[in-house]
Amino acid sequence: MEHSIEYLEKQFQDRIDRGENIEAKDWMPEKYRKTHIRQISQHAHSEIVGMLPEGNWITRAPSLRRKVALLAKVQDEAGHGLYLYSAAETLGISRDELFHQLHTGKAKYSSIFNYPAVTWADMGAIGWLVDGAAIINQVMLTRTSYGPYARAMVRICKEESFHQRQGYEIMITLCNGTEEQKAMAQDALNRWWWPSLMMFGPTDAESTHTEQSMKWKIKRKTNDELRQQFIDITIPQAEFLGLTVPDPDLKWNEERGHYDFGEIDWTEFWQVVKGFGPCNKERLKARNKAWDNGAWVREAALAYSEKQSKESIRKAV
Amino acid sequence: MKNEWPLYEVFIRSKNGLEHRHVGSLHASDAEMAIENARDVYTRRQEGVSIWVVPSSEITASNPENFGELFEPAEDKVYRHPTFYDLPHELKHI
Repeated sequence: MEHSIEYLEKQFQDRIDRGENIEAKDWMPEKYRKTHIRQISQHAHSEIVGMLPEGNWITRAPSLRRKVALLAKVQDEAGHGLYLYSAAETLGISRDELFHQLHTGKAKYSSIFNYPAVTWADMGAIGWLVDGAAIINQVMLTRTSYGPYARAMVRICKEESFHQRQGYEIMITLCNGTEEQKAMAQDALNRWWWPSLMMFGPTDAESTHTEQSMKWKIKRKTNDELRQQFIDITIPQAEFLGLTVPDPDLKWNEERGHYDFGEIDWTEFWQVVKGFGPCNKERLKARNKAWDNGAWVREAALAYSEKQSKESIRKAV
Repeated sequence: MKNEWPLYEVFIRSKNGLEHRHVGSLHASDAEMAIENARDVYTRRQEGVSIWVVPSSEITASNPENFGELFEPAEDKVYRHPTFYDLPHELKHI
């Protein structure tokens, strides 16, 4: 029996409302599929591009302990990108197409990676703040309605906790060090604070996707709720370090039970999203260069496998 | 024995949201029959909502003799675990 689209959409929404997960072969509205391809691939691209600001510092880490930790973190990010790309592939898009979208600049990735990592303290601030903000978003996504995405998130969240802790450990060490080291930590906080708040996306009033995403339980909290949650847990961590968050309007609001905070510079946010951030061009160029330089390895591996399979056919005959 | 049906590995998803898990194997003349047989062999008590079958011959498995070279390198990489990092106890949500 053929069902109308309206009927199928109603059935689909009922399943979501009952708290059921959707799996790859289940019927789903085309927009649900497209929204997921967009969101999961943006998330995957963010992991891949996210390796670039940190990769630069691996050879300049101040100790072996710091070097192995940073190396392991960057390695995890490559892995997280792979989990997410394969979750996106369950929706019928190929890896080639996903990479093509990234390399041509058609696909977006998190704007935070378009800011430069200029000092060692940035490795601390990125782990503490950028990974901290990502974790808040990702913990929510472990309960997202699309099964393969939710399962990838569970695995990622398990691995991510070390990323934030190694970052905070760097911050503590710098803050307990010389005046200059502490100033370096403060400078990193000054530069990364606002971009980290922007990671949660536009305000609820401005966000075009939020309403539908909440209805489909792709997201379970709004951008503003997640941002507030991040601020509330991060301020005491900054105080513990003896650092000052660069927001004169920041203060505890007893009545709300939350911190009030100042206006985010949304003009800057949109500039960076649209490709005019400090490092957009550099990141895309570095990513394309890495991809192009790896071409011969991909080709050689394929040629070798083809040769091996011809050999085995020849031997069998 | 040359008429023996090929062997299929069977994976069952117990409910949506969970991954398919390997439950065992069975013989069938083709993939379609393998699904039908798996339904009867492995889901008689509503154990599943979805079945995957894969020809056993298509699975490449790691060799137990290679355990050392495959898995031992992770043993001394304690810095991949959150507990390796020394943070004060009074610190919350991290």
